[in-house]
Amino acid sequence: MTAPDRTVTAVPGANLRDLVRASRITAVSVGGVLAVLLVVSIAVAVTIGPASIRVDEVWRSIASHLGIGASPLTPLRDGIVWQLRLPRILTAAAVGAGLALSGAVMQALTRNALADPYLLGLSSGASLGAVAVVLLGAGLLLPVAAFGGAMAALVATLALARAAGALTPARTVLAGVAVSSLAGAITSLVIFWTATGDSYREILGWLLGSLASARWEAVAITVGAIAIIGIPLMLVARILDAFAFGDTSAAALGVPVDAVRWVLLGATALLTGAMVSVSGSIGFVGLVLPHAVRLLTGPGHRRLLPLSALAGAIFLVWADTAARDLFAPRELPVGVVTAILGAPVFALLLIRRRGRT
Amino acid sequence: MTGLGAERIQVGAGGRLVVDGVDCTAQSGTVTAVIGPNGAGKSTLLRALAAVSRPDSGTVRYGDQDAFALPRRQRARLAALVEQDATTELDLTVADSVALGRLPHEGLWGADLAERDRVVTESLEAVGMVAFADRRVTSLSGGERQRALLAKALAQATPLLLLDEPTNHLDIAAQLATLALLRSMAASGTTVLAALHDLGHAAAYSDSVLVLAGGRVVAAGPTQEVLVPDLIRRVYGVDAVVLTHPGTGRPVLALSEPAPVPTR
Repeated sequence: MTAPDRTVTAVPGANLRDLVRASRITAVSVGGVLAVLLVVSIAVAVTIGPASIRVDEVWRSIASHLGIGASPLTPLRDGIVWQLRLPRILTAAAVGAGLALSGAVMQALTRNALADPYLLGLSSGASLGAVAVVLLGAGLLLPVAAFGGAMAALVATLALARAAGALTPARTVLAGVAVSSLAGAITSLVIFWTATGDSYREILGWLLGSLASARWEAVAITVGAIAIIGIPLMLVARILDAFAFGDTSAAALGVPVDAVRWVLLGATALLTGAMVSVSGSIGFVGLVLPHAVRLLTGPGHRRLLPLSALAGAIFLVWADTAARDLFAPRELPVGVVTAILGAPVFALLLIRRRGRT
Repeated sequence: MTGLGAERIQVGAGGRLVVDGVDCTAQSGTVTAVIGPNGAGKSTLLRALAAVSRPDSGTVRYGDQDAFALPRRQRARLAALVEQDATTELDLTVADSVALGRLPHEGLWGADLAERDRVVTESLEAVGMVAFADRRVTSLSGGERQRALLAKALAQATPLLLLDEPTNHLDIAAQLATLALLRSMAASGTTVLAALHDLGHAAAYSDSVLVLAGGRVVAAGPTQEVLVPDLIRRVYGVDAVVLTHPGTGRPVLALSEPAPVPTR
């Protein structure tokens, strides 16, 4: 059963082939540049702070902890690098990567360019779970509660959208807004009834997003989530392209549409839950970074997902550096920085879309 | 060679039967036109025949294989569907959109990029869209997008090609070019089944027709035997004369509003 042979001379296609090949090379080189930029950003960000530390000291500290010789720093300076700044910055990078990835995947699955973990209620669900644990002292681990909250919010959003009819992008987002508002309201209620003194600060950090308390456990959770969920997502990225023209079209290409949607949305909820469990809800990373990358290299997901992850990592490293250093010794929640940078970009995107459609 | 056969297809929606016990066959190497007034169930039938949505009952066979028993990827290597008015939010280039048609052949890690480029180029050439390869699909006109979607289905390189109103949005030259392309696909062995709005196109370009009305088959068979004035009047309520094109020798339908019933 062979397909009919269409013998057409391919001479005019030479240009096309060159173009396609060129865009692949571009994607690889953009990826290389971003990867180098990420490593440099992390190293430089560690040097920034009240105590001035040189880049070579950063490398020496890392090398000595990895057991590759190198003379160690003084215990105090080493503590600043290894105990405080490095884990926080690595967490920022992982959270940025995770949120950007989640956003890009959700935008594909809901066929909605404005979808992100925020919009579908995942972040507020995760926050509710986390705040409930902090305040009510429920005997659950924070990441587990955050994941539970994210998952519950996602299920509620999709169930609500389904109840209203077919699972269209517009309905999904509207349902997300409803679920998000409800989760936010319950979070406020929990805080109102139970928060006292110190816990306010902790909760504010949660609601606005903060990496101030990130230590090596946070690195383990977030980098682990990227390794276990994020990397497999990048490997199946091409399946997301198949959703470009809708469910029927994807099904005609042999994609098991419903199974893929639920598995990938579940994976996204897990990833978001892991990120939110250490950082609180940080907005706009999942929305803005995939868009910026699309402008650079086009929307094909095999390029988009890894590049978004890298760009998200770099972005959040610098946003968090700004958050802890701009008004030192006072520290801004990083969610404030991403919102101040992200909201205008979001507005620009809206205006651009109006121009296009 | 893979023909298509379907029996007793039944699809309900919103409490009524949209497709009600339809039998349908299409031989390989032929063009079958599915015609019928609006709401006859053409699109729903095509989706069932493409096996993208399972009908409430009935069977669909590709060659001698049960379409719904096939693994999805294998099925997608046998049958391609061109939807009516499929839109996208994603800013893919035309070339990338067409390359989606290679997914069933390549899987998720498709390695043979040279082969992909070759098929994409050929498919774009077949629909006259090579110059648009690098354009964003969202920037295309309706007719250009329709042709890009056709190229995507061609890139799928399937022995069965199902199309829902493939000439929609096209200007007349592109309509005729598309119909001629379907004929040449059939000539090289493809089984082509297309829902067509234009009875003249069905008359001139199809080998057989399946006439639907109210979700049921009204008539089916060779175009010249089935598409006759009496049937057209019964199904569409218009008068028709079948002429022969002096140049091409193909049938031409001359349609007119029904003559007023003489009062006496």
